[in-house]
Amino acid sequence: MSKRGITLYMHVHQPYRVRDYSVFDTAINHNYFNTPDPASNQNNEKILNKVAEKSYRPMNALLEKLLHKHPEFKVSLSITGTFIDQAQAWAPDVLESFKRLVQTGQVEIVAETYYHSLAFFYSRKEFERQVEAHKAKIREIFGVETSVFRNTELSYNDELAQWADQYGFKGILAEGWDPVLGWRSPNFVYRPEGTENISLLLKNYKLSDDLAFRFSNRNWEEWPLTVDKYNSWMESSVNDQSLVNLFMDYETFGEHQWEDTGIFTFFEEFVDRWIQNPDNTFYTVSEAIEANQPVDTVSMPQTVTWADTERDLSAWLGNSMQHEAMRHLYALEEDILRSEDGDLISDWRKLQTSDHAYYMCTKYFTDGDVHAYFSPYSSPYDAFLYYINAIRDVRWRLHETHKTGGLSG
Amino acid sequence: MLGWELPPHNSGGLGVACFHLSKAIASQGTSIDFVVPYSAKHEEIDFMRVHNATELSPLHKFGMGAYDSKFFVETVDKKSPGELRTIRDIQAQYGRFVEEFVEKNDFDAIHAHDWLTMEAGMRAKELTDKPLIVHVHATEFDRSGGDQGNPVVHEIEYQGLIMADRIIAVSAITKQIIVEKYGIPADKIEVVYNAIDTLSFDPNYEYDQRTYRYLEGLKAEGYTIVSAVTRLTIQKGLGNLVRAMAKAIEKYDRLVLLLAGDGEQRDELIRLAADLGISDKVFITGFVRGKQWRDSYNVSDVFVLSSVSEPFGLTALEAAHHDNALIITNQSGVGEVLHSIFRYDFWDTDRLADQLVGIATSPALKESLRNNVAKEYARISWQDVAKQCVDMYANFRPVEVYA
Repeated sequence: MSKRGITLYMHVHQPYRVRDYSVFDTAINHNYFNTPDPASNQNNEKILNKVAEKSYRPMNALLEKLLHKHPEFKVSLSITGTFIDQAQAWAPDVLESFKRLVQTGQVEIVAETYYHSLAFFYSRKEFERQVEAHKAKIREIFGVETSVFRNTELSYNDELAQWADQYGFKGILAEGWDPVLGWRSPNFVYRPEGTENISLLLKNYKLSDDLAFRFSNRNWEEWPLTVDKYNSWMESSVNDQSLVNLFMDYETFGEHQWEDTGIFTFFEEFVDRWIQNPDNTFYTVSEAIEANQPVDTVSMPQTVTWADTERDLSAWLGNSMQHEAMRHLYALEEDILRSEDGDLISDWRKLQTSDHAYYMCTKYFTDGDVHAYFSPYSSPYDAFLYYINAIRDVRWRLHETHKTGGLSG
Repeated sequence: MLGWELPPHNSGGLGVACFHLSKAIASQGTSIDFVVPYSAKHEEIDFMRVHNATELSPLHKFGMGAYDSKFFVETVDKKSPGELRTIRDIQAQYGRFVEEFVEKNDFDAIHAHDWLTMEAGMRAKELTDKPLIVHVHATEFDRSGGDQGNPVVHEIEYQGLIMADRIIAVSAITKQIIVEKYGIPADKIEVVYNAIDTLSFDPNYEYDQRTYRYLEGLKAEGYTIVSAVTRLTIQKGLGNLVRAMAKAIEKYDRLVLLLAGDGEQRDELIRLAADLGISDKVFITGFVRGKQWRDSYNVSDVFVLSSVSEPFGLTALEAAHHDNALIITNQSGVGEVLHSIFRYDFWDTDRLADQLVGIATSPALKESLRNNVAKEYARISWQDVAKQCVDMYANFRPVEVYA
C-alpha cells in the first residue's frame, strides 16, 4: 500500500476591483479598474502590494525553504490569470518566486478559468475559452501543462465533471460536503458520476478550515491550535485511509491569518512533524490520483462550492442584483467577441471575475461577516451600482466604436 | 419672521420658500426681521435683517430636523458642550432669543414657519399680544409618510395651530390635513401656494449633454427618460414609481427611470428594481447639486412627483421650467395649481404605468403636456403669494403695516 499523504492545494487569486464608477462616469470615462485614490480599498495595485508583503513573499520563501529541505514535500497551486497579470505589472518578484517553486518539480499547477469566472454557468463556449487562455498563460509563464481542473470557488457538479472528463483532464477538485458524501470519507479518491477516466479529489473541509478559518479564532474551543494537536487529528483522520486533501486560499497564510497569529511557524513545524513519520508523505494532486484508484462513484447533480454554511453558489448568485448583473454581462458576449477589440474584450472578461458578484451578496449573520471583510465597498448596493454602470459603459463602447447592438439591455 | 433655514444654509425646500417669500413681501413695502437658529452671514440678503439665535454653525449639524423629526436627537453635534445637544435644546435657546428680541423691538405680526419655530411664535404672542400667523409647509403626517410620526412634534404642531390667529397652508391638501388630523376650523386656514423664482436660476447655465451621456444615447435610440429629483425616502412614494415602471416596461420597453438623489430608501429601491428585473432601466445618481442637478431636469422627458403626502412639491415647478411633462400624485399640493398634467393616486401603479406608456408612445401628447404646463407654471409668482400674506397682515393692523 502506498504512503498516507497530504494533498495541499492552495488557490492564488486577485480580482480587478471596480472603482466608485458612477452614472456620471458612464459613457465618458472607460476606466473601471484604476482608482486615482492611492488609499482606496478599490486600488488594485495597493492591495496586491499589501497582500504580497503580508502573504505572497513570506509564504513563498517558506515554501521554497521546505521544498528544498524535504524532497517529499509537495504543493499544488491554482493561480488565476488576473493574479498573474497583476503580479507581472506590480510585483514581478512575486511571480519570479512562484516560478522558482514550480522549478523544484515538487509543485503542480492546477487548471481553472483565467478570470476566476462563473462562465460555466452562463456560457460553455466562453468558459472553454477561459480554460484555454489559462492553460496557455501557465505554459507561457511556468512552462508546464496542467492536467487537473478546479472551477471557480470549487464550484462543482456532475455536468462539470463530465465536461472535464471529455476535455481530457485526469482529475478534478470539489468540496467534500457531508450531505453529498453521507457515510463516505473525503479521504479517498472517487469517480464522478457519468465519467470514464477522471478522478475526483474531495476537500477535507474540517481539517482545511481549522487552518483557513479557525486558526486564530480565540472563541474556538480548540484555540490555540498546536502542531501536536493538529498532527494527532491528521494522523487519526488518515488511520486506514489514503489521503487528506487540504484545500484552501493561498492568502490564508499571512493575509486571512496574519503572521502574528503564528501561522507561518505553525505551518513549517507541522510539515516537519508530518514527514518525520516514515509512513507519511505529501502528494501533488496528480500524484494523489496516480497513487489511489477510485473507491466509489460520487454524484453531485446540484452545484456544490466551498463557500459559506450552504456550500452553494448563493454567495454569488443568491439575490436578484447578482442575477441581473450576470444576465446583462453575459448578454453582451456575442457582440463583444465579434468586435475583436482587445481592450474591450479584456474589460468585459475582467468584469466576469466572480468577486464582483460576491461583493453584491446580502447574506448576513456569520457568512455576511466574511463577505463584509472581503468587500472594498460600503455596501452590496454600492457594489451593484458601480458594476451596472460599468456594464452600461461596455455596452456604450460597443455601440460607439463598433456599431454593434444598442444601448438597451 | 421665525424660520429655521435660509439658502445657502438650507437642506431642502423650506429655506428656499422662506427666502423667496420674504423677498417678495419685502419688495411690497414690509419690513422683516428674520430669525435663524444658527450663526452665519447672509451677505446676499439685503431686503431684510437676519438674526442669529445661537452661536452654532449652520444646518449641517441639525438641518434634518426640518424634514425628518426622527433625526432630531442624533444629528446634533454631540461634542458641543453644555445644553445645545438636541433639536429641542436648540429650539429652547431659539425661544429665549425670540423672547428677548420681542421685548426690545416693535413689530406688527409674528410669522412662524413649521413646528420648529411654533413654540417661539407662541411665546412671542404671549409676551406682546401681537397676532401670530403659523405657516405650514409640512406637518408631521407628511414627514412620516402618513403615519402618526413623532408625538412630541405632533403636540407642538397642535398647540401652535390652536394658538395661531391665522394659519397659512401651502395647499388645499395641507389645509385638509390640518382640519382633519388636528381638528382646526377650516375658516381659520388660508391656502397660499408656493411659487418658483426662475430668476434665481444661474443665467449662465448651459445644458451639458455629456453629464448624462448614456441617457442621451438612449434618447437618441428613442427612449423616454422618466425622472424623479428627490430625497430617496419613504414619503416620496418611489417604490410605487419603480413598480409602475416595471409594469410600463412590460408594455413598452423604451423607458428608463432616473432617480437623482440619495436617502435611506436607496438600497431598498435598488433591490426592488433588481427583483422586478429592471435594474438596467433604473439609474441612481446619488446626491446631486449644481450642474448635475440642473442637467438631471434637462435630460428628463417626464417628471414624476410620486409622493405619498406632499404639502406642495416645488420640484414639479422646477421640472416644468426645464420642459418636462409632469405626472403628479393626487396627494401632492402642487398638482392643485397646474392643469396640463397627469395625476394619479400614489398607490395606483396601473394608472401611472398607463400614463407613462401614453406619454412615451405619443409625441403629440408629450409635446402638449410640456408646452401647456410651461405656460401655467410661469404664471405662478411669489409676488402674488406675498400679496396674500401682506393682506393678511393688514387685516390685523389695518392702518400701517410694519412687521
